[in-house]
Amino acid sequence: MLLEIRWHGRAGQGVKTAAYLLAEAAMDTGKYIQAFPEYGAERSGAPIAAFTRIGDEPIRIHYGIRTPDVVVVVDESLIGAMDVTSGLKENGILLVNSNQSPEIYRQKLPSFHGKIATVDATQIALDCIGRPIPNIPIMGALIKASGIVSLEDLEPRLRHKFSAKFSEQVVEGNVKALKRGYEEVKIL
Amino acid sequence: MKVALETNQLIALAMKQIEPHVVAAYPITPSTEVVQEFSQYVANGDVKTEFVPVESEHSAMSACLAASLSGARVMTATASQGLAFMWEMLHIAAASRAPIVTIVANRALSAPINIHGDHADAMGARDTGWLQLWAETAQEAYDNTIQAIKIAEDPRVRFPMLVNYDGFTTSHAVETVEILEDEQVRSFLGAAPKPKYSLLDTENPASFGVLALQDYYMEFRRAQAEAYKNVKDVVLEVAEDYAKLTGRKYGILEEYRLDDADVVLVAMNSAAGTAKETVDYLRKQGKKVGVLKIRLFRPFPVEEIRCALGNAKSVVVMDRAYTYGGPSGPLFEEIATALVNETNKPLLGNVIAGLGGRDITMEDIEHVFDLGFKALEKGNFEPLVSWVGVRE
Repeated sequence: MLLEIRWHGRAGQGVKTAAYLLAEAAMDTGKYIQAFPEYGAERSGAPIAAFTRIGDEPIRIHYGIRTPDVVVVVDESLIGAMDVTSGLKENGILLVNSNQSPEIYRQKLPSFHGKIATVDATQIALDCIGRPIPNIPIMGALIKASGIVSLEDLEPRLRHKFSAKFSEQVVEGNVKALKRGYEEVKIL
Repeated sequence: MKVALETNQLIALAMKQIEPHVVAAYPITPSTEVVQEFSQYVANGDVKTEFVPVESEHSAMSACLAASLSGARVMTATASQGLAFMWEMLHIAAASRAPIVTIVANRALSAPINIHGDHADAMGARDTGWLQLWAETAQEAYDNTIQAIKIAEDPRVRFPMLVNYDGFTTSHAVETVEILEDEQVRSFLGAAPKPKYSLLDTENPASFGVLALQDYYMEFRRAQAEAYKNVKDVVLEVAEDYAKLTGRKYGILEEYRLDDADVVLVAMNSAAGTAKETVDYLRKQGKKVGVLKIRLFRPFPVEEIRCALGNAKSVVVMDRAYTYGGPSGPLFEEIATALVNETNKPLLGNVIAGLGGRDITMEDIEHVFDLGFKALEKGNFEPLVSWVGVRE
């Protein structure tokens, strides 16, 4: 069993951090993992992708994810600018950082029949950490919509990872944002 | 202990565990985070290593050379243009028998400017006399880094060694990796063996960097060429000791489902993993395919390759570099040379793939195996060299 998650966002939104964090939390539950970003020209605001693979067996393939089980769109403005659903499996999940309802996206993407979820991750980030960095609230939404790992698995990894770099206030803000993303995601 | 670290950080951690006496490096692009991360261990007092930040890779290798000739355990890291800039000193380090270990996240050479995965840098160093290990995964990169020290410093070897892993595809990826305790690494390696002659041994002064003209140069070089014959045995001994410690077994090559394989793909670094997955997929369709992964590229394991490819009918060699103006990719040239005088040799073809970080996918590898089967039908590879995954 191999689960492939593709992340789309813009440089500066914590996309790579999110892709790694999910992998690390999955590793803590005994899974094999692989995560890597797709680097282009390094400038803030440039579109970037990142990839997370989670498997029951060692992961041997080494290239960007072409047929994801889950697509996470961290920056809504990318939709239309590029085909974020490219290769997304028919029974897969599309999660978008948006204040719109998933029904709106169902109408926008009539050919996709999988699960659609939305969460206003940017607003949650502004509320909880005072900065528009949506990676952690959308992570909360992702684990609720997909069940890849539980909130109980993810929270200690988040605390571990962020406490090495950030103040206690920032860590607690992110934990709160994670939980709000988990609670507020709308799934269709 | 299991860790999830970016491979460059993981290798910096391995270097911390090794705690070399000296690391001399140019710490910014085109180098990798390996040096940056390691310099933090130095700054934090986690290691007693003498860290020498220099103004160029050429100077880095010069400083490494002097330190190594004095008997120190010496490491550095670079990539791409940085390794190219060391080129002059690489020859001197190898011929001076300085067992320096250099970490290389294999990346493309300019122009055009590119920072991604490609084997052109290490292939440019293939005639310098350095030993070379290659790694499919982060785990192998970690394990090879530790083993490289012991191989290079062995009195039967005393050659410098490159430890290669793919730029970005591996260097900037997080994978599940088992690491050793610091103490296990240090006791596995032991103290650096004292060289027979040391630059700093004033009791027994010796000359280094001597002149040898038409009267003696060729004897020096002939002796050097001979010395590589000892390396394979040491690589295997070190691998065996390492397996006792970790349970992870390494050889000179890795043969994957070769026993009854009609078409064999030869690959190095991360593409070998994708190739193994593709082999399992194609085997389910009844196609007899296999992968030969080269771990030890220098010295080139000619006998082992002859043996591993002995049953194959069609062999496709994948190069992630090209010999511009030459007949093929560099790995193909070497495989072809290894087999040139064999009777009943397989059909041989070459593919060029993945330059400058272009993904090498399972579909690409399936296509490569197809080329191998088509050659069997037609009786030859036509053309000899195919570029895969490129717009033409």
